[in-house]
Amino acid sequence: MARYVVKRLIFMIPVLLGVSFLIFVILFLTPGDPVDVILSGQVTEDVREAWRESRGLNDPFFVQYFNFIGGIVLHGDWGSSFVNGQSVTGDIMLRFPNTFLLACLTTVIACVIGILLGVFTAKHQNTWLDTSFSVVGMVGISMPQFWLGLLLLIWFGLNLKWFPVSGFDGPRYWVLPCVALGVQNAAILLRFTRTSVLECIRQDYVRTARAKGQTESVITWHHIVRNALIPIITTVGTLFGGALGTAMILEQVFSINGLGRLMVEAIAMRNYPVVRASVLILAISYSIIYLVLDLLYAAVDPRIKADFEGQSFFGRGRFFAARAKKTGHFPKGGGAHA
Amino acid sequence: MPSANAAARAQGPYENVVVRQRSMFRQIVDRLVRNRSAMIGFCILMTIVVLCLLAPVIAPEGYNAQNLLEKFLTPSLRHPCGTDNLGRDVFARILYGGRVSLFIGFASTLFAAAVGIVIGLFAGFSGGAADNIAMRFMDVLMSIPAILLAITIAAALGTGVSSAIFAIGISSIPIFARLTRAPIIQLKNEEYVEAARSINAGRLRIMFGHLLPNIMSPLIVQVTVNVALSILLAAGLSFLGMGVQPPSPEWGAIITSAMVYIIDHSYLVTMPGIAISLTVIALNLFGDGLRDCLDPRLKI
Repeated sequence: MARYVVKRLIFMIPVLLGVSFLIFVILFLTPGDPVDVILSGQVTEDVREAWRESRGLNDPFFVQYFNFIGGIVLHGDWGSSFVNGQSVTGDIMLRFPNTFLLACLTTVIACVIGILLGVFTAKHQNTWLDTSFSVVGMVGISMPQFWLGLLLLIWFGLNLKWFPVSGFDGPRYWVLPCVALGVQNAAILLRFTRTSVLECIRQDYVRTARAKGQTESVITWHHIVRNALIPIITTVGTLFGGALGTAMILEQVFSINGLGRLMVEAIAMRNYPVVRASVLILAISYSIIYLVLDLLYAAVDPRIKADFEGQSFFGRGRFFAARAKKTGHFPKGGGAHA
Repeated sequence: MPSANAAARAQGPYENVVVRQRSMFRQIVDRLVRNRSAMIGFCILMTIVVLCLLAPVIAPEGYNAQNLLEKFLTPSLRHPCGTDNLGRDVFARILYGGRVSLFIGFASTLFAAAVGIVIGLFAGFSGGAADNIAMRFMDVLMSIPAILLAITIAAALGTGVSSAIFAIGISSIPIFARLTRAPIIQLKNEEYVEAARSINAGRLRIMFGHLLPNIMSPLIVQVTVNVALSILLAAGLSFLGMGVQPPSPEWGAIITSAMVYIIDHSYLVTMPGIAISLTVIALNLFGDGLRDCLDPRLKI
C-alpha cells in the first residue's frame, strides 16, 4: 500500500508541472503590465524599469518559468508578492485555512443531507415523497451559488439579522456561506446517492437478507448502502475539490478572507506570483483528494484492495482500467461543478 | 411508405400486416415525447427561448432605455420585474440578457464539444504516445478549477462575450474528450471497424463515420447538461467582474450591477436569478429525460 501511495505521489509531478506551465503561459500572455497596476502612474520610466528588472519580468519566458520552478524545488520559495514583496506562502497560509474550512463544512452538510435524503428517496422510489425531493434537488442544483448566497444574505443576514453577513470569524459566520454552498452539493449528492442505491436495491443479496428475516435498517445500511458507497465516495471527493475551487464566489459574496478571494484580487492586480502559487496549491489539493479517494475505495471495497496489493510497480494502467470499470471514475478527474 | 406496404401486400397471407419501419431518430423522438421530465424541460426552455427572441417585440424600447422618473419601481403589471436604479425596465433587460446568456451557454458548449470530441477521437483511436500526451493535457486542465481557469483566461483575453465563450468553453473541453475517448478505446476493436478498414476506409472515415455515431448518446446528454453549467459559469464569471460587462444585460451582470441596492430593492437581484434558475432547471430536466430515452439501460 505504501508503495502505491509513493507511486501515485510520483505520478502527480508531471501533472503539477503541466498546471504550472499552463498557468504561466496564460499569465504571460495576459495584456497589461503589472507595473502599471501596482506602481501608480506617477513614477519615472527608470523606476518602472528597475521594478521590472528586480521582479525578473524582463527575463525571457523560459528563464522566468525555470526560476519559478527552481525556486519551489530547490529553495521551497514560492515567489514573492508583487504588491508587498513578501513571500506568497505567508499570504496563502493565512487564507487557505478559511477556504479549507468552508469546503469541509460544506461537504459535511452535503453528506448528511444528500446521502440521507438520497437513501430515503431511493427506498421510497416513485412515491410523492420521491418526486417532491427530486424536484427540490433539481431546483437546488440549478441555482447559481452566488445568487443563493445573496438571497440568504438578504433574508437571514439583513432582514432577520440572524447571522452576520461578512467575515468568517466563528460558527455564526460560517452558517450562511456553508449553507449556500452546501445546498447545491447536497442536491448533487442526493441524485447520485439515489441512482447508486437504486442500482443495489433490487440485487439478489438484498432479497436474501430480507428472506432470512434481517431487520430493514440493517438491510438498508449494511447491505444496500455499503454496496452503493463507491460512486457516493467519488461524488463526495469531486464535490469537496469543487468546493475548494468555487469557494471564491461565496468568499466574494460574504467577504471571507479565503484563497479564492486572494486569487481574484491577485488576477485583477496582475500579481502573478500569488496567482501561480495559489493555483498550484489548489492543483496539489486536487491530486491529494483523488489519492485519498483511491485509498478510500480500497478501504470500502475488499475487491479493489485486492487489486491494489496484487499490482506491480508499473502496472498502473491495468489497475486504473479495472478500477474505472467499477467506479466509473478516472484518477485526477476534476469535473468541478461550478 | 407505399413501397413497403406494397411489398407486404405482395407476400400474401400477411396482407393486413403493415410493417412500420421507424428510424432510430423517430424512435428516440417518440420516447422523448412521452417522457414527462423531458417535455416539461423542453416546454420551459422553448418558452424562454421564444420570449428572448421576441424581446424587440415585447420590449420595443430596448434594454437600455432609461427613465429617471421611474427609478426603483417594485414589480407591477406595467413593469413585471420592476425598474432599476436608472429606471430601466428589469423585465426587458432580462429578456435581452437571455439572448446573451443563452448564446454564451450554447456557443461555449458547442466549442468545447467540437474540440473535446476531436481530441477524444484522435487520442482514443491512435492510442500510444498521442493518447498519453493528449490525456495528460486533459488531466492538467482538469486539475485547475473551472471557474479559476475561466477567470485567468478571461483576464488574458479581456472581458466580453467572445472571450467569455472561449474561457468557459476551454474549461469544459476535458469532459468531452474523456467522454469520447473511453468508449472509443473499446469500440475500435469491434468487427465493424475491421470491416470498414478492410474496404479501405480512411482513418477519418472510420472515426467520424463509424465510431462517432456509435458513441453519440452520452455526448448529446452531456451537451445539454453542459449548456446549463456554462450558463451558471458565465453568471459566476460576471459576478467576479471577469465576464460580460454592464451595461450589457447578461443575467449574471444584471445581478452583479444590482448588488449595491440589495438592502432596499432585493427584487433587482431575485428576478434575474429566477430567470437563470428556470433556464438551468429546464435544461437539466431535458437532459435527464434525454438520458432516459437515449440509453434505456440506465433507466431506473
